[in-house]
Amino acid sequence: MDSNASIESESYRSFSSRRSISSHHSKLSASNSIGEATCAEMGSKKVRHGSRGGADSEGFNLSQKEISDEDARFVYINDPARTNERFEYARNSIRTAKYSVITFLPRNLFEQFHRVAYIYFLVIAILNQLPQLAVFGRGASIMPLAFVLLVTAVKDAYEDYRRHRSDRIENNRLALVLVDGEFRDKKWKDIEVGEIIRVRANETLPCDMVLLSTSDPTGVAYIQTINLDGESNLKTRYAKQETLSKILENMSSGLIKCEKPNRNIYGFHANMEVDGKRLSLGASNIILRGCELKNTAWAVGVAVYAGQETKVMLNSSGAPSKRSKLEKRMNVEIILLSFFLITLCSIVSVLAAIWLRRHRDKLDNIPYYRRKDYSETDVENYNYYGWGWEIFFTFLMSVIVFQIMIPISLYISMELVRVGQAFFMIRDGGMYDEASNSRFQCRALNINEDLGQIKYVFSDKTGTLTENKMEFRSASIWGVDYSGGNPDLQSEQVAHEVEVDGKILRPKMAVRADPELLRLARGGRESEQGKHVYDFFLALASCNTIVPFVVDTEDPSVKLVDYQGESPDEQALVYAAAAYGFMLIERTSGHIVVDVQGEKQRFNVLGLHEFESDRKRMSVILGFPDKSVKVFVKGADTTMFSVIDRTSNNNVLQATEGHLLSYSSMGLRTLVVGMRELSNSEFDKWYIAFEAASTALMGRAALLRKVASSIESNLCVIGASAIEDKLQLGVPEAIESLRMADIKVWVLTGDKQETAISIGYSSRLLTSRMNQIIINSNSKELCRKSLEDAIIKAKKLSGPNVSSNMEGSSGAVTIPVGLIIDGTSLVYILDSELEELLFQLASHCSVVLCCRVAPLQKAGIVALVKKRTSDMTLAIGDGANDVSMIQCADVGIGISGQEGRQAVMASDFAMGQFRFLVPLLLVHGHWNYQRMGYMILYNFYRNAVFVLILFWYVLYTCFTLTTAINEWSSVLYSVIYTSVPTIVVGILDKDLSKRTLSKHPQLYGAGHRQEVYNSKHFWLTMVDTIWQSAAAFFIPLLAYRKSTVDGPSIGDLWTLAAVILVNLHLAMDIVSWTWVTHAAIWGSIVATVICVIVIDAIPILPGYWAIFHAAGTWVFWLCLLAIIVAALVPRLVVKFFHQYYCPSDIQIAREAEKYGRLRDHGTVEIEMNPILEPPRR
Amino acid sequence: MNSNTPPSTSVAAGSVDPSVARRNSKRPKYSRFTQQELPACKPILTPRWVISAFLLVSIVFIPIGVASLLASHDVVEIVDRYDTACIPDSARNDKVNYIQSPGNKTCTRNITVTKHMKKPIYVYYQLDNFYQNHRRYVKSRSDAQLRSNGSADDVSSCEPEDKSNGQPIVPCGLIAWSLFNDTYDFSRNGQQLSLNKKGISWKSDREHKFGKNVFPRNFQNGSLIGGGSLNDSLPLSEQEDLIVWMRTAALPTFRKLYGKIEDDLQVNDVVMVTLENRYNTYSFNGKKKLVLSTASWLGGKNDFLGIAYLTVGGLCFFLAMVFTVVYLVKPRKLGDPSYLSWNRNSGWH
Repeated sequence: MDSNASIESESYRSFSSRRSISSHHSKLSASNSIGEATCAEMGSKKVRHGSRGGADSEGFNLSQKEISDEDARFVYINDPARTNERFEYARNSIRTAKYSVITFLPRNLFEQFHRVAYIYFLVIAILNQLPQLAVFGRGASIMPLAFVLLVTAVKDAYEDYRRHRSDRIENNRLALVLVDGEFRDKKWKDIEVGEIIRVRANETLPCDMVLLSTSDPTGVAYIQTINLDGESNLKTRYAKQETLSKILENMSSGLIKCEKPNRNIYGFHANMEVDGKRLSLGASNIILRGCELKNTAWAVGVAVYAGQETKVMLNSSGAPSKRSKLEKRMNVEIILLSFFLITLCSIVSVLAAIWLRRHRDKLDNIPYYRRKDYSETDVENYNYYGWGWEIFFTFLMSVIVFQIMIPISLYISMELVRVGQAFFMIRDGGMYDEASNSRFQCRALNINEDLGQIKYVFSDKTGTLTENKMEFRSASIWGVDYSGGNPDLQSEQVAHEVEVDGKILRPKMAVRADPELLRLARGGRESEQGKHVYDFFLALASCNTIVPFVVDTEDPSVKLVDYQGESPDEQALVYAAAAYGFMLIERTSGHIVVDVQGEKQRFNVLGLHEFESDRKRMSVILGFPDKSVKVFVKGADTTMFSVIDRTSNNNVLQATEGHLLSYSSMGLRTLVVGMRELSNSEFDKWYIAFEAASTALMGRAALLRKVASSIESNLCVIGASAIEDKLQLGVPEAIESLRMADIKVWVLTGDKQETAISIGYSSRLLTSRMNQIIINSNSKELCRKSLEDAIIKAKKLSGPNVSSNMEGSSGAVTIPVGLIIDGTSLVYILDSELEELLFQLASHCSVVLCCRVAPLQKAGIVALVKKRTSDMTLAIGDGANDVSMIQCADVGIGISGQEGRQAVMASDFAMGQFRFLVPLLLVHGHWNYQRMGYMILYNFYRNAVFVLILFWYVLYTCFTLTTAINEWSSVLYSVIYTSVPTIVVGILDKDLSKRTLSKHPQLYGAGHRQEVYNSKHFWLTMVDTIWQSAAAFFIPLLAYRKSTVDGPSIGDLWTLAAVILVNLHLAMDIVSWTWVTHAAIWGSIVATVICVIVIDAIPILPGYWAIFHAAGTWVFWLCLLAIIVAALVPRLVVKFFHQYYCPSDIQIAREAEKYGRLRDHGTVEIEMNPILEPPRR
Repeated sequence: MNSNTPPSTSVAAGSVDPSVARRNSKRPKYSRFTQQELPACKPILTPRWVISAFLLVSIVFIPIGVASLLASHDVVEIVDRYDTACIPDSARNDKVNYIQSPGNKTCTRNITVTKHMKKPIYVYYQLDNFYQNHRRYVKSRSDAQLRSNGSADDVSSCEPEDKSNGQPIVPCGLIAWSLFNDTYDFSRNGQQLSLNKKGISWKSDREHKFGKNVFPRNFQNGSLIGGGSLNDSLPLSEQEDLIVWMRTAALPTFRKLYGKIEDDLQVNDVVMVTLENRYNTYSFNGKKKLVLSTASWLGGKNDFLGIAYLTVGGLCFFLAMVFTVVYLVKPRKLGDPSYLSWNRNSGWH
């Protein structure tokens, strides 16, 4: 539990640090800026950047709570010997391989025996080795276990060999390491903590290191972290000013004190002492193994974590292992079977005891018992240890004989089946995402069948329901709304081009532009409106942390401008500004260059306050060419209106507010842009405060925040922008399908309520016939009251039958209720007694929409539901903020989308698009559940039939556990004779076609109602098992009564009868017969016949040639036929009556599929792979 | 580099070589197998199908049942229990003592043939309550030793009859030790009936399981005699009584072939059996019976299979009729979507 909580808090921290990193202001290296010569050199003041303060502040806050010496590691820069003196830190060689040649056997066996199943096997095999208990021969008893162990070991060995090979390649790569004052090549594996390493552009970093210096004079380095978290955009990292200049000389004076290695790739706390000065280091000062250096000629750093202790290696652990619901359920029945096994064994030993007691006087001389051994001179008991021991031994022997009553092979079959199912899920072309070129991924292999029983889906919004690809849609400037871009015509997209040095520059992405606004923007600053438009777009182009990169295209005269940044919203805004002729083409620490309608203008960036989640706005202070200084601010409406000067331009303000409301009700993300001209005195005052704050040693972040709010005041509103986060393809249809499948969909989003509701409508989560309940309270008491009211209302609306009759809810005429609740209310509800009320309320609602929720609240909501119901929960999300929720839910799904791979790493399954949830749950989930449920029942039956046949025979052998069935046959029964068909059916059988299942989502209810696997089915199967085994045993018994039949002959008959019987039983239940199924079923029977023949062809076995003698008589064949028919008739009758007179939905759909009668009965056609369909706007 | 750019809005999209994109695509290759769209046959239990199947079963089973019963009735079987009858009245209080004491135990039984018996007439002895399938018993043998002369010392599995006087016993084990040793002689009207004792065991056993060069050694030499002894000069492969005995019976009541009478027996013929009553079943209340039986294509006299087939066939016919009636009275249209639970207004089942 503890570790769980720490993971959650860690991911939360990483989430917030991500956001703050995103606003780091950056300096561009000279090589990346273009056309610098053409720009007029302006006297720019040397400015310290607020953003740097941001990076520092994080470190600083943490350095206040000093890293204690025990929890720290000390790294002496360029002095690996001293660094490793006291503690031997890990070297840089990595080892993903698990075994070496020597350790392979013991370690591999140790790991394999972690499975209970194998231990059971082993105990039985060991028991069997005791001479008193030797039921089977040595070989026969050990063979199956040895076989399974060997197969697994070979598989493991091969995988490990491949890991060894890749480790070797990785460890022998070369890096430049500072040795004796110069950089020399050194193998990666020999790098030690404390050494100084130089990395060149496009090289991979060999270990985690603290940046000391880069080719950029300001100490910036760009890295790509795609190997680490999958994010492809460039990130900026900084070397400390203090270390920039001392690359080679005098480096050994430094000491870094950093935290112990941990898995958090978004956090790093350390102090560095250089020249007696103490600096704090944060996540922006460290570059991690696996990342690539980009756009930076070289970078020098000191290794702080190496090899296994690097963050990437610490993160490369497997997915958490979960148990499926079906498997938990199955364990109950396994316990029942154990009781059944114990009962059988007790019956045998009690009967044996009675027999021994009644014959106690005769035991010495009965020819078939012969207790006394007369061969020696002193007559002793032979193999008889007294009556108590005999009973005990009989009991143990019967456990050995009946061991397969507990279907141990089932666990192995289940694993194989899940691998097979995963294979098909991964290969499903319907779940391949073209845009991200990603297939479906199965990361957890033990919960495939849970996908068929999901009742609650918790979904993130941004990046999950939507694409997280922001597109500029509308602008409101000075009270005028410009939303004229016709969304349906692609041709109207504008990509503004400018010519610089004879080369055409073009933004990488075109934006749909409003013609009127375009005209105004091109018209210049003459008109009043034109002036506001100029300010607006200048704000969009400058007030951000986007870095433009110029990329070559195939046409040498055209270059593309690619805007790199961590916030997709900012990217969209900058692209929009470019489209309207305000193209940001250069950003350095001191200035930006914006091409305004073809004319290059240079602005000095005098200061920048980065985006902060509690301020929810950012500002930039620009020095204009005409020496005026303006501050541009952009931010969320809630925080912007509090800092806006309401005295002037009230009508503009009101118009803007009106537009904002209409934008957000269209589901657009809005930002308000404001500006203010600064007087010289004002600027100087700010400058002094800013300078003081950013050099402060204590509480830098708080000081900077104060400075920021002082300047971000009395603003004049210019306008507002609206960005559309487009819904992913097929989301509305997918949500509708899920709702029809009686799955409750909860959407958890950080958006504000209006946006969330409008997205709810556009994704068909909310419909017009749905009744909305909104909970928006500011205190616990208010929450309680509104929850109680809402419950009464919801009960009235949804009718009385929801709670009493789960099945009826689909057919009943009720008004669906949608619940909308915000994060503030959730604060009072979660972790209090109100949770119960919320759950009651939510259980009446078909849709729940939570807005403004924090990442940890997401997990809290999932836990709230999970605690109170046995229904399965599924969480789906794409960002680091969804990790806690994904880990909390029964099934976690990661969207491999724009926001990195944190969610995918924590998930059980990963896929490219939300809409794949429909084929995943309704099709694959349904199949997996049906197959697995049936397979478990069948395996119980299959083994029990065999055990019971053995048991009946024991009653005719003085209860001495003789088996007429050859010991090899009993061992091979579950290994060869009957295993393949059940696995094949478990992987391949399809009760309904993909088309039917996705067309009729209601069919998913079979999993909710546990139709395939429940106690009723279990007990029915067991009764059937008793009948079938009795038929199989007693028909030959009576037919061969008083005959000359010998044990092996009748044993062969029983073997063949059992195998054919269980295979035909399976055949009766198979729905779709493909050639694979045919091959498996009939092949198994043929294989059994061959095996029986081979066993009977061994002259030193007592049963030599028995099968040929037996099969030469009519009785044998008549018995076989009678057994099969008599055993299966009751099942067929029950099956037929049930299918014909109480048909399940699945049965009807199957018939309809066959006879083509399935019409669309009030269902909506869902196109599973709508590639050709134009994207919904 | 621009992997996160949607192709639809990117101006650079056209410049990307499409073949490169295709080569790097992870799109799963389409095949009917991986998409789980293999052609499949999907049988459904329709009433017509089920009724036909049951009718078919009854059509097949009833004739077989009749034929089996007829075959069983054609078999003539005479069973004569002699274990008690062959003990003189004076010894009946302590049968075990009688059977263990030395002396002549010849006994004569007269059997009247009730029905014409065609040759060959099989002569069996039947033992009741003799657990030849007892674990201690079935394990107590050495197949290796029986097969080849070289394995004579391979007696570890034969305890407690592995060695006698320190020497291995051939054939060892409880099974061989307890060899049945009552003998029968048949005569009709004072004339000896020839009894063929050749070929009563399995040919495969004689040729491959019991060695031609393995001779009995040290057999029945111990202090406790369990049964018959063997002719030391005959190889095991020719000791057919032993071979028959060593094929241990599956059930506690069993018959073993003793020989074949190659003569027809007429109705009311009286067959006189001269038997040596030596074998001790008295210590465990086992019964001994002598059986003369003809054989049919189905084996010996056993009505069970015939009755079973008639029962199953009849039942299937009955079920077929019931299904037909029910089907006509209350049919259901297969695959009618109005039966689907969400199309029904109220719960129906």
